[in-house]
Amino acid sequence: MDVVVLAKYVPNPSGSPPEIGPEFRLRRREADGGLDPSDEPGVETAVRLAQAHGGAVTALSVGPEHAVRALQRALALGADGATLVVDPLLEGSDALVTAKVLAAAIARLPFDLVIAGVESTDGATGTVPMTLAALLDLPSATFARRLEVDGARVVVERQTDLGYDTVECPLPALVTLTAAAAEPRHVSLKDSIEARKKPIERLPLAALGLQPADVVPTQRVTAVEIAPEKPRGELVEDEDEAPRRILQLLEQAGVA
Amino acid sequence: MGAVWVYAEVAPDGRVAPAALELLSKARTLAPDVGAVALGPGASAAAEILGVHGAVQVFASDDPLYADHPAEPAAHALAELARRHKPDLILFGPSYDSRDVAGRVQALLGSALVANVDDVVGAGHVRLTTALSLWPGRPGNLRGGIAGAKIVDVELTGPTPRLVLVRTGAFDALPSGSRADVVAVDLDIPATRLRARLVERHEESNEGPRLEEARVVVGGGRGLGGPEGFALLGELARAIGDAAVGATRPVIDAGWAPFRMQIGQTGKTVTPDVYIAVGISGAAQHLVGMKGSRRVVAINADREAPIFQHADLGIVGDAFTVVPALIAELEAARVGGAGAR
Repeated sequence: MDVVVLAKYVPNPSGSPPEIGPEFRLRRREADGGLDPSDEPGVETAVRLAQAHGGAVTALSVGPEHAVRALQRALALGADGATLVVDPLLEGSDALVTAKVLAAAIARLPFDLVIAGVESTDGATGTVPMTLAALLDLPSATFARRLEVDGARVVVERQTDLGYDTVECPLPALVTLTAAAAEPRHVSLKDSIEARKKPIERLPLAALGLQPADVVPTQRVTAVEIAPEKPRGELVEDEDEAPRRILQLLEQAGVA
Repeated sequence: MGAVWVYAEVAPDGRVAPAALELLSKARTLAPDVGAVALGPGASAAAEILGVHGAVQVFASDDPLYADHPAEPAAHALAELARRHKPDLILFGPSYDSRDVAGRVQALLGSALVANVDDVVGAGHVRLTTALSLWPGRPGNLRGGIAGAKIVDVELTGPTPRLVLVRTGAFDALPSGSRADVVAVDLDIPATRLRARLVERHEESNEGPRLEEARVVVGGGRGLGGPEGFALLGELARAIGDAAVGATRPVIDAGWAPFRMQIGQTGKTVTPDVYIAVGISGAAQHLVGMKGSRRVVAINADREAPIFQHADLGIVGDAFTVVPALIAELEAARVGGAGAR
């Protein structure tokens, strides 16, 4: 079974903070990010499925040139090939544009299953996979902590507020996975070096049959305000002293 | 402004997700024509409370297929209703069910969608405290969490209705005392929209005060090292009394604690008198879910953890030393206090 797995490039959260550029766009000084940790269980799951059932795994990303780093990581984790849709027209794109571009790229590929993370670590919008499923007219099962392929259908455990739901749908389908779905494998230096030999296809929008008018964002930032920093609280480094201080605070708050 | 709609999740007994009541209360300050859409068993029974909170019309269907087949039939129906009645705006809560429906509706209608919203200023104008950052060029959240966070105004354009996913607790649920007209939704849902199927529902037990209502919330993060740490936090919550245990997203994802305990952007929003963060580094994802706490205590072994920037009292130390000692102090204080009375 062929699997397409979405691989988002996200900035390193402990990297240098970005600057706000023209039109309130963030400018980062260096490209020190990589594959969104939310996507790693999906890559691992895709690789295991392809090994168990035969087939290939393609990692797909939309982003700037340095999003290649996310794809290199996906390849090191075991993906067979990777595609990056990169085009200057995509700077400033929103959730709908991203989903349209992903849909156009996936439509060119053979696939039985599309796997995505539940939501990205940086944006946390959590809707792009479902917009994508609807654009590709695929059934979907989201927020899955467990996934099994059983013949021509996929069965998942979908996390709910009270426990979980067992949900099934026929293939081809789109599934979003939580980190509980699979522990990503350890990647050795050798894996990383070998992964560099795997192909990464770069596609401009024109190669997907998309026109500039198709990727006009429907939202834009019009104002940005930095919330004031509040003064830093007290820091206690004495473990013996700590419990008494916490108790004091609880008593002041009237809860102990 | 034209009509503002709220997508309301309902339970078979007619209970309504609190998010929908908050959103209706906001919607009626935006437009006189407020609608609620409730799909699935319990929808008609929910119409009264939806009306009380501001819905003038409730589009309701009790058809079980909306519960038996996740997202696709609801998205199909909502998009069809929107084509017929042309609302300017549809508001959704932040749950994954709502996200799934909103994401599909976006593809069906081609309209703008924005998530994690804190305030709706108008049909084409929303405000967020953390936003997206795909790459340089996207609006995004600055490092440093809530202190120094960006408040971002976003303008929405393109076809209506615009789709807005709002954080829990952004607005207060205020009854208005009005009544809604119930409009029966009687759409033919094509069989092609019933592909995914709910096979079985598994519910796990839940005890103690609800996270959203407890006066003290004890939150656990990856620094706890594993599920055992949560047993310790449970003991601390019991020692405090009116306290509930929550967790960060990485911990939920790792399976150390159930999803209902998740606090943060995609989990619950809590506003306790005291929030005790144990082994939590302080990612923005989590901070937005607890920033309304009146006082914050942070216990973390890492002196540099960003959570300390948001704490009134920071404890640099090992949770497995500090928390048991705190439980002992609480118990001693209780015994001492009882004696003094």
